[in-house]
Amino acid sequence: MIPGDGAGGALMATVALPLAGSLLAVVLGRHGAQVAGGVALGVGAAVAVLAAQVAGGGVLRVDLGGWAPPLGIALMADGLAVAFLGLGAVVMAAVVAQAAALFSTRGGESRAGYGFWPLVMVLWAALNLTFLSRDLFNLYVALELLTLGAVALVAIGGQAGPLAAALRYMVFALMGSLLYLLGAVLLYAAHGTLDIDLLAIRAQPAPPDLVAAGLITAGLAVKTALFPFHAWLPPAHAGAPAPASAVLSALVPKGSFFILWRLWFEAMPDLAAPPVLTLLAGLGGAAVIYGSALALMQGRLKMIVAYSTVAQLGYLFLVFPLAGGAGAAQPWEASAWTGTAFQALSHGLAKAAMFLAAGLFVMAVGHDRLEGLRGLARTMPMAVFGFGLAAVALLGLPPSGGFTAKYLVMTAAFASGQVVWAGVLVVGGLLAAGYLYRPMAALFADAAPGPLTPVPRRLQALPLLLAGLAIGLGVASDAPITFLAIGRPDAAAEGL
Amino acid sequence: MIDPALLYGLTGAAVVGLGLYGFLSLRHLLRRVLAFNVVGSGIFLMFGAAGYRGAVAEGTAGADPVPQALIITGIVVALAATALAVGLILAHARATGRRTLPEDDT
Amino acid sequence: MAALPILILATALVPAAITFFLPQAAHGVRNGLNLGGATAKVALVVWMLVEVAAGAAFETRIPLAPGLFLLLRVDALALLFLALSAALWLLTTVYAIAYFRGKPDQSRFFGFFGLCVAATTGIAMSGTLISFFVFFEMLTLATWPLVVHKQDRASLDAGRLYLGCALPAGAALLVAIIWLESAAGPVAFTEATDLDALAPWAQRAIFALFVAGLGVKAALVPLHGWLPAAMAAPAPVSALLHAVAVVKAGAFGIVRVVFDVFGIDRVAALGVGLPLAALASVTIVWGSLRALQQREIKKRLAFSTVSQVSYIVLGVALIGPAAVTGGLVHLIHQGVTKITLFFCAGIYDERAGVKRIEGLDGLGPRMPVTSACFSLGALGMIGLPPMAGFVSKVYLGLGGLQSGAPWVLGVLAVSSLLNAAYFLPLLYRLWALPPAAAQPDEQVWGLLAPTVVTAAAALLSGVVAAWAISPLGLASLIVERDYLR
Repeated sequence: MIPGDGAGGALMATVALPLAGSLLAVVLGRHGAQVAGGVALGVGAAVAVLAAQVAGGGVLRVDLGGWAPPLGIALMADGLAVAFLGLGAVVMAAVVAQAAALFSTRGGESRAGYGFWPLVMVLWAALNLTFLSRDLFNLYVALELLTLGAVALVAIGGQAGPLAAALRYMVFALMGSLLYLLGAVLLYAAHGTLDIDLLAIRAQPAPPDLVAAGLITAGLAVKTALFPFHAWLPPAHAGAPAPASAVLSALVPKGSFFILWRLWFEAMPDLAAPPVLTLLAGLGGAAVIYGSALALMQGRLKMIVAYSTVAQLGYLFLVFPLAGGAGAAQPWEASAWTGTAFQALSHGLAKAAMFLAAGLFVMAVGHDRLEGLRGLARTMPMAVFGFGLAAVALLGLPPSGGFTAKYLVMTAAFASGQVVWAGVLVVGGLLAAGYLYRPMAALFADAAPGPLTPVPRRLQALPLLLAGLAIGLGVASDAPITFLAIGRPDAAAEGL
Repeated sequence: MIDPALLYGLTGAAVVGLGLYGFLSLRHLLRRVLAFNVVGSGIFLMFGAAGYRGAVAEGTAGADPVPQALIITGIVVALAATALAVGLILAHARATGRRTLPEDDT
Repeated sequence: MAALPILILATALVPAAITFFLPQAAHGVRNGLNLGGATAKVALVVWMLVEVAAGAAFETRIPLAPGLFLLLRVDALALLFLALSAALWLLTTVYAIAYFRGKPDQSRFFGFFGLCVAATTGIAMSGTLISFFVFFEMLTLATWPLVVHKQDRASLDAGRLYLGCALPAGAALLVAIIWLESAAGPVAFTEATDLDALAPWAQRAIFALFVAGLGVKAALVPLHGWLPAAMAAPAPVSALLHAVAVVKAGAFGIVRVVFDVFGIDRVAALGVGLPLAALASVTIVWGSLRALQQREIKKRLAFSTVSQVSYIVLGVALIGPAAVTGGLVHLIHQGVTKITLFFCAGIYDERAGVKRIEGLDGLGPRMPVTSACFSLGALGMIGLPPMAGFVSKVYLGLGGLQSGAPWVLGVLAVSSLLNAAYFLPLLYRLWALPPAAAQPDEQVWGLLAPTVVTAAAALLSGVVAAWAISPLGLASLIVERDYLR
């Protein structure tokens, strides 16, 4: 299909619009917020159109420039990709709204005020490309763009702490890029293509491909901050300005995980040997426990929320032994697959809500140490309520998207007899209750807060809205689940 | 005589190994960025060799053009990453006077 | 009319959702909304009662995910719990409006209050285990802001203890449900599920997980610690926790698990009924003993709840027809009696500043209406004829004999003696000691009227127990119709 003819237009727009917006924001300087607002509207509309197309007509493929793989690059919108595009659009819209207010009150003349808009839009373009692309090298470029944008966003404030965090992030990310690239080169040397669908036909469960897949997986795991490569994430996510943190925590790791997902479920499903899958899930389980334990020990709200990201990303890796390899043919595969997609979506919404709420608390009291948040439940009820709802989704309590995810994955764990992963879910949920209880208790404590900067109510509505969506994902999960299954490989019709 | 593609490939692998060692063992941030570029060059070398070998195996004259395109793209990406990294290192050095990450200080 | 269950849920959910966004000053709107919702709910439940009596069945299915759906189904047992929660919600709303006059954070309170009631309603109407779990956890969450409502040190500690008990319990429940369903398929409450795919040890383990998960809310020893601590909450919250929502949800869940998940035959075959009955008996005696040691009125009442709610569990665990009838009817009797006592405790605190039992000295003649209601409630708890509590105890004792567990009589006797030992001194202080000097004013009709109504109900449901429409009549009907065919 040739881009530009109606059907591919919306798909192309999700990448082209933010990219163009990014350039425009550089040119227009102080009007970055308006540009981003326009881009958010445009991408939102494009994703809506794309969702309608995919829901009506199934998977949509576009060969760039009319060249089919292996020479050209294919973009593909299936249910999973469009769902993640939607997540990105919703989170970005909220982030743009809060950042516009934040940078205007601080004076748009600051460096952060100028730099934020082009960076966040280039990051968005890269993210959308990650969700759509079918070519491992194209994905590499998207991933690099995503990472560079993310690193720059961490450093945007210019203080020493975040700069060091950004550099550490950079070192890890470069390492991950090299591993990924090395794996991709090996794959190309063996098969003469990097197209996911062609690889699916050509890949062999033999040592060369295993080494290549291992390198790519390791590289992506570093970028997804999988235990034990997580050390860079908390200071980086906590150090960025709140709207940037929301993007970094809710969306950016999903990009690298998404590629990992495409690799093991679509490019080389036959390669997945049980030990590899178990190792991935084991590291994920360790991330859940270790990230939660460290979150319990933090004294600053944004650090708690950032360590929670390490833990929550760990859940995603449980999908590999449950739905990958030999598990793919089993009836519980659909539950694990869908549950994990739900976990990613629900976490994205809830985590963005939390960081936006944290940003408002910082705006009000000037810092994010827990003891400074005392009594905010009275003065900022809407933001606190949003934070609470987001916590419900992260804990996986009903009715929320997190609960649907936990239910589905746990069902798969019991059905497959791999009860240990159910144990991870239970322990992780309880630990999450522990580390999220502390900020909640502080917010509800009866203390007259010190001098507060007033926060407008419309800004408080943003986290509430996002958290409400995370809850709504659980209340009405039937339609999203049907949508996610569009174009899924070997979609078992019903599952458990 | 040794097959030139193999020679390129082996050289590339050696360069990658050298660079990786530097990347992991060095503390000075600028040196680490240089090491990153060394690894990148090694990978591109291997990539070129893979393209050449692929073309020879298929019996077509000249090299497979795809790796060359990818290498050029890769170099641009690496350049962008290097530029950002150097910028960050400079800003970090200006703010703190350090050339290394805090945890690597001895 | 298939939408009736959803409408009943909405009567609590919709006012709650709107209330959250009302400013503190919007008293008229807030009170109107909540009273309107509560009244509408009572009307709808009455309508439903009439329809069910005429043979109608209500079932509504809300799909969540493939294989995961909420099923709202109204059977006789559901109706019993539903009627209780609807009636007591209306009364508690009236009481709470009067209680909170002039206090801060009213919108937050009534919002979560409504959510709590909606969750309880959902628990009552749940037709499957998963639906039950969803509402059960919703109740946990909606209760926390109520427990910490005063935002002081004690409330926050109580809130932490509450979540610290309730969240692991929820996790245990979820594991039990998924373990069960992974072997037996989705569990609906229409008939006992076929669990033969599971080994007996696994079945016993699942049963234990269920009891642990539900036992925290039902305040079974040793999982009861949070309940007395939660007394730090305002009086209407205590009333709600003890009589309508949380504690009852736990007990109701145990009823469901025994009858509709495992089925009485399987419970008997697995031999898990007797340990449960023993646990309930220990709780009954231990709760009473601890109540005896308390000097704060609300704490004493709280430990009394620990003891009394286990009557329900005891009746169900004994399995015989009379015992089950006794347990089910106690769901209602304990509710109306205990809510009376908490309403009174709230009035003593609010109007006379009395929190500890010493303060009750000679208060009877000074606050005659409150004290009369309190006395009725206390006598009901002791089980003096013709109060409601007497009826429950008679049936439980009979049931013990029927089920070949005569030791139950001993438990009941000890418990009644202990009840008398911790309630009669209060009555003595109220009425026999010389009148206090203070002249407290109890004439707040918003506080008094609900108290009088529940006290009257506690008396009447005992007096008219023989009638078909009394709580006992309903409980007998449920037992005959659904459980012991």
